[in-house]
Amino acid sequence: MTAPADDSSERGHSEAERRLHERTRSDDAGTSPDEPETGTTPRGPERDLGVREQMPENTVAPVDPGGGAATFEVVGVREGMFGVDGTGDTSGYGGLRRPVVMPGATQRPFGGWFDEVADQLASGLRQTGTGDVVERVVVDRGEMTVHVRRGHLLATVRQLRDDAALRFEFCSGVSGVHYPGDRGRELHAVYHLLSMTHNRRLRLEVSVPDADPHIPSVVSVYPTADWHERETYDFFGIIFDGHPALTRIMMPDDWPGHPQRKDYPLGGIPVEYKGATIPPPDTRRAYS
Amino acid sequence: MTSTQDAERADPYAQQSDYRSGPVFTVTGQDWDSVVSGAAEHDSERVVVNMGPQHPSTHGVLRLILELEGETVTEARCGIGYLHTGIEKNMEYRNWVQGTTFCTRMDYLAPFHYEAAYARGVERLLGIEADIPDKALVMRVLLMELNRISSHLVAIATGGMEIGALTVMTIGFRERELVLDLFELVTGLRMNHAFIRPGGVAQDLPPGALESIREFVKLMKRRLPEYAAFCNANPVFKGRLGGVGHLDLAGCLALGATGPVLRATGYPWDLRRTQPYWGYDSYDFDVVTWDTADSYGRFRIRLEEMWQSLRIVEQSADRLAELEGAPVIVADKKIAWPAQLAVGSDGMGNSLDHIKHIMGESMEALIHHFKLVTEGFRVPAGQAYGTVESPRGELACHVVSDGGTRPYRAHFRDPSFVNLQCTSVMSEGGQVADVIVAVASIDPVMGGVDR
Repeated sequence: MTAPADDSSERGHSEAERRLHERTRSDDAGTSPDEPETGTTPRGPERDLGVREQMPENTVAPVDPGGGAATFEVVGVREGMFGVDGTGDTSGYGGLRRPVVMPGATQRPFGGWFDEVADQLASGLRQTGTGDVVERVVVDRGEMTVHVRRGHLLATVRQLRDDAALRFEFCSGVSGVHYPGDRGRELHAVYHLLSMTHNRRLRLEVSVPDADPHIPSVVSVYPTADWHERETYDFFGIIFDGHPALTRIMMPDDWPGHPQRKDYPLGGIPVEYKGATIPPPDTRRAYS
Repeated sequence: MTSTQDAERADPYAQQSDYRSGPVFTVTGQDWDSVVSGAAEHDSERVVVNMGPQHPSTHGVLRLILELEGETVTEARCGIGYLHTGIEKNMEYRNWVQGTTFCTRMDYLAPFHYEAAYARGVERLLGIEADIPDKALVMRVLLMELNRISSHLVAIATGGMEIGALTVMTIGFRERELVLDLFELVTGLRMNHAFIRPGGVAQDLPPGALESIREFVKLMKRRLPEYAAFCNANPVFKGRLGGVGHLDLAGCLALGATGPVLRATGYPWDLRRTQPYWGYDSYDFDVVTWDTADSYGRFRIRLEEMWQSLRIVEQSADRLAELEGAPVIVADKKIAWPAQLAVGSDGMGNSLDHIKHIMGESMEALIHHFKLVTEGFRVPAGQAYGTVESPRGELACHVVSDGGTRPYRAHFRDPSFVNLQCTSVMSEGGQVADVIVAVASIDPVMGGVDR
């Protein structure tokens, strides 16, 4: 990794860490020092029973991920019952506000081989003198997700690949996810690793703020990530520092914007069919 | 028309630095003499050829940028994205069931596998993996294996055509049509089926389907040896494919190559065996490998995999015969699409029994129908990774839900996309003609690559 790239990612790293520190309050219910600025951040704690009680029928309560997961991760807020703003919603549920919660950190024991991998990774990284890398581990639906701080991503994947007890020799791909409501961690890069030796799958997740979307590239460890990182850059604007040629791959080179971000409109034109005019999908009434 | 353009007026939008040196020839055919004479003026063997994106040997709209030193390829680069239609973005604006109709259009040669990967991911998110009825799983396996046969047939057919073996092409498409007929019989469509849905499959088997499938298996057992007779020992075929597009095991793992490319190195990695899903561990079949790590090995693997798929098709047909009348979609009325549609005399899909049920008998059924059709079902927040072994390798769908009725994000790890990265290492140092063979042995489908 080149020096300037390293520099910028480190800066962002400490920034992300500060944000993370602020967010840990969501784990102890009640206090919320993070006051919403525009009203898109959830107000109450996600475990507020009141929220659950108000829930209309036929909606799913925030999932309680099994396997000892005790916390939730708030990534946004959902308004109304049908996701319709203004007068479109005549159901009376227009004022409803519910947090969007993802499964949060899992407490040990994780079960199965998950503990073994987590221990091995931690001890391996301690030996190489890498700092505290793992933000948290989420075990949900039988899949293990390790949230990694971006500053040490490269050391982490190298450890995962080279340690014989881990041996995740195969990177299945890199995917991006945009959570505009997740303040300070809007952009997530998700790496799916596969250990053919041990027949295990592991998911790495790295979160960066929209204002500083730098993540070290893993191409030097997993050459296959080349196109995947280009794709994630193209669609989400995540800049992978140290990538050999980070250019757009799907969109034309001079395309403005990053299409898979949530604030990027889908586009489309109204279509007339059998006398009726059907609006483009992103302007139709949505039932989200 | 051949024109020698100087850099200034070649492309008004390009930066000056985009051009390093040398004349540019725009070749549209019939004008090789002028190209040759023009090139002869410059004392250099180095030529940069832009192959595609519209070229019959590029499997769709793939652009290959080849740097040649005489006949030798010194650098090969892929330009992709010409078929990008934003399918993943579109899926975020439709409900979970409608997502099936989008992902089936990605890789148009293996639509069932894309539906399957998506369904696996969504079912894991819903936590209903254990509730899918047996018959739905057997039907999925049956359709996926038939699809593997039709996809491998196209791979062999187009690969053969590209090296001049036109008969292989015609017989390949002849047999593929028979598989598509079966798809049409079962799902109503030749492709873009949207048949495997989260929770099960869309419809039960129509009457007579099993007989047609058995007839097809019988026919294929007579026809498949033709391919072997045409190709396996054919000296031209072996000469063109043998040793071409070499990629060893270390290269495959580094570049993420799976499927026949990986198995041609002798490593028996097949998700159907190594991470069995949907009862694949209860079927009797072999994982085919080859030890040459070249295009010929990949061809032989595809040929043999069709035999193995036929074995699975036979077994699943036997199982389906015993499962007559069994449910094909999950019992949960809040997820399962309520109606069994049939095409009426007006050509529209309808179900009179179901209409009678919701309009006259059960208010709950009406509510469920209304909610499912307008709003769709909700999927608990989280993320999941659904994997299947597609004809081209490991196909995976990373689905993220925010608890809503629409996918928050659906990303497909497309095996064509990943395997296509190997083009450079497979073809650099070889001859121009070998690039075609190497690309054909990867069998990329650009609809899947670009999505």
